[in-house]
Amino acid sequence: MQQLFDFLALHEMTIYFVILSVFVGIEVIGGVPTVLHTPLMSGANAIHGVVIVGAILVMLNVDPTNYGALALGFLAVLLGTLNVVGGFVVTDRMLEMFKKK
Amino acid sequence: MNHFITSLAYLIGSTTFIMGLKMMGNPKSARNGNMVAAVGMVIAIFATIFFHDNTVSPIVYGLIFGAIGLGTVMGWMTAKQVQMTKMPELVSLFNGMGGACAALIGLMEYHHNIGKTGALLPIVAGLIIGSVSFSGSIIAFLKLNGTMNQPVRLPSYNMLNNAVMLGVLAFGAWVIMASPDNSAILFALFASALVYGILFTIPIGGADMPVVISLLNSFTGLAAAFGGFLYDNKIMLTGGILVGSAGTLLTLVMCKAMNRPLSNVIFGAFGGGAVAAGTSSEKGSIKDISVSDLATLMNYSKKVIIVPGYGLAVAQAQHVIHELETILEERGVEVKYAMHPVAGRMPGHMNVLLAESNVSYDKLVEMEDINPEFASTDVVLVVGANDVVNPAAKNDPSSPIYGMPILDVENAKNIVVNKRSMNAGYAGIDNDLFYNPKNSMLFGDAKGVLTKLVAELKTMD
Repeated sequence: MQQLFDFLALHEMTIYFVILSVFVGIEVIGGVPTVLHTPLMSGANAIHGVVIVGAILVMLNVDPTNYGALALGFLAVLLGTLNVVGGFVVTDRMLEMFKKK
Repeated sequence: MNHFITSLAYLIGSTTFIMGLKMMGNPKSARNGNMVAAVGMVIAIFATIFFHDNTVSPIVYGLIFGAIGLGTVMGWMTAKQVQMTKMPELVSLFNGMGGACAALIGLMEYHHNIGKTGALLPIVAGLIIGSVSFSGSIIAFLKLNGTMNQPVRLPSYNMLNNAVMLGVLAFGAWVIMASPDNSAILFALFASALVYGILFTIPIGGADMPVVISLLNSFTGLAAAFGGFLYDNKIMLTGGILVGSAGTLLTLVMCKAMNRPLSNVIFGAFGGGAVAAGTSSEKGSIKDISVSDLATLMNYSKKVIIVPGYGLAVAQAQHVIHELETILEERGVEVKYAMHPVAGRMPGHMNVLLAESNVSYDKLVEMEDINPEFASTDVVLVVGANDVVNPAAKNDPSSPIYGMPILDVENAKNIVVNKRSMNAGYAGIDNDLFYNPKNSMLFGDAKGVLTKLVAELKTMD
């Protein structure tokens, strides 16, 4: 029990942060027309590419003589970049279609 | 100092994510919204690389920039070159990459945190969710591009699936508690999560893939958020949770558009036993129509409604259909497009495709608004759509698509369905509409047939 309280006390701000973000996410998507569902899903897909920040953080702490970790880290950054770049570019291509004539 | 710069960059990044998503909710600002979020992402990534207090060897920097450079070129080229019809599977593929990235972070961070339950929780959670999202997305990708087009059902599938899920969760919980310092165990956990991702996605029919992709999308968001929890990194938290919650809501909205609960999509796959119910024999005959007859019919119509489906996208017929629309309008025929919310492989898929060929926005009419108009329509031309016009959704409770709202095309005076063959639609079920006395079939590849139709119309004045 004490452990749980300690955990909550330590992460109080983060927990607030999480709860508020959940509502922001719901609020922001509310009332979006069907037409935009696919681009929106694709845009959201690009945004979770932010996981690349974690991959970079791992890499910055890797021991440069540990080749296995370097290889995994390289792969993680590569995959994260694909998610970010591919995601935003595909979304842009979809939304390009909606330009005014 | 470094700390303040990254904090500021993350603050800017988080704000752009929220603004970007908000702007993407409106057709006018959507493209800029995407751009805003992308700029925020770039700021966050570069701040992470340059402003930290670690001493980092040049090799590591080289690898980071190498990976980013390579990823940018590959991602950019793939995204730019892919055909519009292939976009849904590409989104799924990129989603899988993000999931894999989250899983790899978990694999690497585990050893640094052995014995620290508080840190292992987000690590293991990120590893499991990321892996499920990765393997699930790859299966969704294979299903959408047609490599794997039959839903796979084993006996007592749901039970097996749930048992595996509980097994993976229990395994994960044990790893967090016992924190064994053993790579083999960690990789076993990784592998079992991958297997669950496959089992989760494999029984789901192709028509439900959009919902699955959207769900896996929010999973990846969640995995990213766990990463944020681990590093106490605000931008991973905001980005991840925004996508997690927005993605979940989007998933539910899509299910609502199909009038099916999410549980039904996940557990009650299309293509099960009900499909066999009633194949043709006693349903009467099917009529053919020739291109010239159809041209005459359309030329003397007052109002034509076009129902686009995935077949249109596959045949790349979006330009020729616009040509057909233009030529009919010149003859004084009113032409509209009936947009079913789940036509194609993703909600809004058809809108994107038709917009590509410059079809005017106001001609694309959503289902609720167009349904009352069918009664006053002379010809409905269904191009490559099937399930969204299948009357079984209304009057056959045993049909797997029962309850899904459909376009009421049978109210029109004439129905013409263009299909390549008599094969069933993506949901794998027969369509009674084809046996309707008002219906005629126009067999052939959409692009070829429509091109002939346009040519035929041009000869009539």
